[in-house]
Amino acid sequence: MNNNLKEEIIRTSGVNVLKCMRCGKCSGTCPSYGEMEYHPHQFVYMVEKGEIDKLMDSPSIYKCLSCFACVERCPRGVEPAKIVEAVRLAATRRQGGNHLTAEEIPCIVDDDTPGQLLVSAFRKYKK
Amino acid sequence: MQKIGVFVCHCGTNIAGTVDVKAVAEALGKEPGVVFSAEYPYMCSEAGQNLIKNAIKDYGLTGIVVCSCSPRMHEATFRKTAAAAGLNSYMVEIANIREQCSWIHKDIKVATEKAIVLGRTAIAKVALNTPLTASSSPVVKRALVIGGGIAGIQTALDIADAGYEVDIVEKEPTIGGKMAQIDKTFPTLDCAACILTPKMVDCAQNEKIHIYSYSEVESVKGFVGNFTVSIKKKARYVDETKCTGCGLCTEKCPMKKTPNLFNLGLDNRSAIYIPFAQAIPKVATIDADYCNMLKNGKCGVCSKVCAAGAIDYKQKDQIIEEKYGAIVVATGFNPIKLDGYDEFAYNESPDVVTSLELERLMNAAGPNGGTLLRPSDKTHPKTIVFVQCVGSRDTTDCGKPYCSKICCMYTAKHAMLIRDKYPDTEVYVFYIDVRTPGKNFDEFYRRAVEEYGVHYIKGMVGKVMPQPDGKLLVRAADLIMNEQVMINADMVVLAAAIEPDKTARPLATMLTASMDTNDFFTEAHPKLRPVESPTAGIFLSGVCQGPKDIPETVAQASAAAAKVIGLLAKDKLLSNPCVAHSDENLCNGCSSCERVCPYGAISYVDKEFRMPDRTTKIRRVASVNAAVCQGCGACTVACPSGAMDLSGFSNKQIMAEVDAICR
Amino acid sequence: MTFSYYPGCTLKTKAKELDGYARRSAEALGITLDELADWQCCGGVYTTAKDEIATKLSSVRALMSAKKEGNALVTLCSACHNVIKQTKHELDTNDDMNLRASNYMGCNAREAADTEVIHYLEMLRDVVGFDKIKEKVVNPLTGRKIAAYYGCLLLRPGKTMQFDNPENPKIIEDFIRAIGATPVIYPMRNECCGGYITVKDAEAAKKNSTAVHESAAGFGADCIITACPLCRYNLIKAESPIPVIYFTELLAEALGVK
Repeated sequence: MNNNLKEEIIRTSGVNVLKCMRCGKCSGTCPSYGEMEYHPHQFVYMVEKGEIDKLMDSPSIYKCLSCFACVERCPRGVEPAKIVEAVRLAATRRQGGNHLTAEEIPCIVDDDTPGQLLVSAFRKYKK
Repeated sequence: MQKIGVFVCHCGTNIAGTVDVKAVAEALGKEPGVVFSAEYPYMCSEAGQNLIKNAIKDYGLTGIVVCSCSPRMHEATFRKTAAAAGLNSYMVEIANIREQCSWIHKDIKVATEKAIVLGRTAIAKVALNTPLTASSSPVVKRALVIGGGIAGIQTALDIADAGYEVDIVEKEPTIGGKMAQIDKTFPTLDCAACILTPKMVDCAQNEKIHIYSYSEVESVKGFVGNFTVSIKKKARYVDETKCTGCGLCTEKCPMKKTPNLFNLGLDNRSAIYIPFAQAIPKVATIDADYCNMLKNGKCGVCSKVCAAGAIDYKQKDQIIEEKYGAIVVATGFNPIKLDGYDEFAYNESPDVVTSLELERLMNAAGPNGGTLLRPSDKTHPKTIVFVQCVGSRDTTDCGKPYCSKICCMYTAKHAMLIRDKYPDTEVYVFYIDVRTPGKNFDEFYRRAVEEYGVHYIKGMVGKVMPQPDGKLLVRAADLIMNEQVMINADMVVLAAAIEPDKTARPLATMLTASMDTNDFFTEAHPKLRPVESPTAGIFLSGVCQGPKDIPETVAQASAAAAKVIGLLAKDKLLSNPCVAHSDENLCNGCSSCERVCPYGAISYVDKEFRMPDRTTKIRRVASVNAAVCQGCGACTVACPSGAMDLSGFSNKQIMAEVDAICR
Repeated sequence: MTFSYYPGCTLKTKAKELDGYARRSAEALGITLDELADWQCCGGVYTTAKDEIATKLSSVRALMSAKKEGNALVTLCSACHNVIKQTKHELDTNDDMNLRASNYMGCNAREAADTEVIHYLEMLRDVVGFDKIKEKVVNPLTGRKIAAYYGCLLLRPGKTMQFDNPENPKIIEDFIRAIGATPVIYPMRNECCGGYITVKDAEAAKKNSTAVHESAAGFGADCIITACPLCRYNLIKAESPIPVIYFTELLAEALGVK
């Protein structure tokens, strides 16, 4: 239980996790579900429980596609993707928290790689 | 000079927990005109009332102020107390220091100060009160029931049983409502038609009951005991008195491609139709949107084949005016439109259906004669997925924030019936919670799981994806396995939320009956007066008041009938003496009050006035019908010359209250 | 009719054809696209965190310069459209964002939200009109079965984007009909292609993209069209059996300006 982190996540995401009725529709619709250790509904519940460290240390935070399907389909307006984003930001903002570095790029790009992809990835994975 | 008594109630700790009641009694005791002030734990108790009665007698009180709960709760109680001690009932004022003070404040100092202000305000008003006497009005011994579903049917039957005349107004061509569309009922699985249709026949055969089918309420005037209602009988282009219901016209009608609304558009019928075999009245109706004769003047087949000569293409809407002593609202519900839930592919695939559509698909009188076939290709579905809470408990714009209450049980019923009839068909139910409070309800749901092998999965469906081969790929969460599951289904059934019928909102305006934010009618008291509307003489029956299943609906329908019977049994009703009156000398005849009056209680009359020079002048002045006036006060605000005033709530009294607050 | 135009970085490099066909088609339709001077990269993705201000400033600047030009702002790349529209919405609804953006920029940032942001497709629908486009088509693509791929960015979050029904959109289908072809409706058209995740987990992205093109091809499409260079990249990387092209290319072809 980490109350400071919990408050930070709630503040930066702007999400009220208490609105969740635990139907699991977010996880029922998530295209990255299979890649994740913790799933969208667990993100919401674990933030409520204050288990932020576990989430920050999990690779799941880099698996969210920010596709917003969970946000669009949530019957309670909870916006799980915004929680994932806030946790990932908290992780990448830590010292040494970058998930992507410029050195990796030459191995990633090919002739067709759109600039948009690299800009987006740096926004998501690096502070 | 008034002699006023003040009585401060503790209401146990409800008030005394937050308000220093002793300080309030003491402070109010010092107000001008107050000769007695006391506090007591429960003023509404017999001992508390005796305290009031004794003080009235001992101190010769001319008015009393009770600082207690809302007047909606105990004003009537304390008025009776005053009357018993010989004080006019209208010399009583209530200062609401519970709902408007102790319950909403936490700080004792602030709450105490506010309670004193509220008490002081009531004292200022009671000092200007005058004794009022209620007059009485007769009761029309006839009731109106709006809506002919099971709720309206039961209410009408019970009222008629007590010997009173009752009319049912039903907007559809037949009574029966939603229950007539349902196949079987939970938790007993008896056939809905088998238990409903005898009641429909009872209605038709009961001498005391008159059914206005294919009719709607146009306007409502009057007040409890004496409503005047205009009913529009819509043109059905068939003379009800001549039609024998033989059905020959429906067979011969060439317009066979008319959507069958009774089967929710799942199949077609003819343009002239009888909704179903046991319809009451069993009379044909022409659908004007599809009838070639009415649209283009060509055809006339039904008229030619009708031996009774009942077809009348020139029939017009007809307005009927009737008087009633009581009105029961039984307008029922509909499943919500699912346009906001395209992730479930309802608009995309014919094999995604609502639960009510499934009722028709499984009904022996339905489009497939009771064989469950999927709509797209008429094959037997081998895998069926049920999705619960579609639009219920949903705080987004397209959903409803409440639990629709009936879906858990009817889904268990559907699942069980399918597994019983087609053991080869796999049935999955995705649920958030299974809610089964009711007699034999949980046992019923458990039977679906334990005896019929229905797969209940805790989780919600995220998306239904129609596949090129005609299957429906269902992506959902299994929260207990912590897995995302994919099911290749043949059919998906959505438990759509239910909402009040759309006609209820305009009706509520006509009846001046209040509604909540979801358009359910509000009851006079959520616990103690559940079948009465706050508007006198208007009663509530069935889902129009809130989601409920058939047994609950029937219970409430009978309760509403009991209340109606209690009203109709009275010969006279005491009316509210707090009504408007006009000072003819001040009235300038502008008609402002007449325009704002929602009850039509104000009319204008020409009156002779003696002028100072001894001539006579005829002026047009407002006149209030005290029997019709409900004392809402709209006219007193609208009157530009200050001629209109309300007994018991005079302009002078209101201003005295404002002054007391601002002091 | 003149609009300010925000092409975005990728349209200047790897997705030149998306931009080029859009400009030629606009001209043929009597629309002037006036490219904003000195626009900066939108950042590719919108960061939803409330305390992220600096990453949104380039969008605020774009909105502000369109306001100065007195034009509505037309976008073309789905990602740019999403970022700029969400930024506009944030300026409209979040006082803290307004205050902090104003402090960074030394002006009243709220004014930037006055700029109307419309996607090129919305311009075709609402300004030109699909009926008008139908009239101007010289080369109807009759017989072509085309799958519209919306992805996420044009549609979600639906309340902010106000683009179309996010679960059952029809704007690109209507566009396809306007140029004489037949739209193919398939359930994956509004599901994610895998997006930026391909940088770190190409396999995961591929799963998503494969599901999209399999669904489109399964329903008989002979081509997929999109407005997003990243969607196109992911679909092509996942070895789509049918061509994936920009919608503007088909528009230019139909209008005879390819």
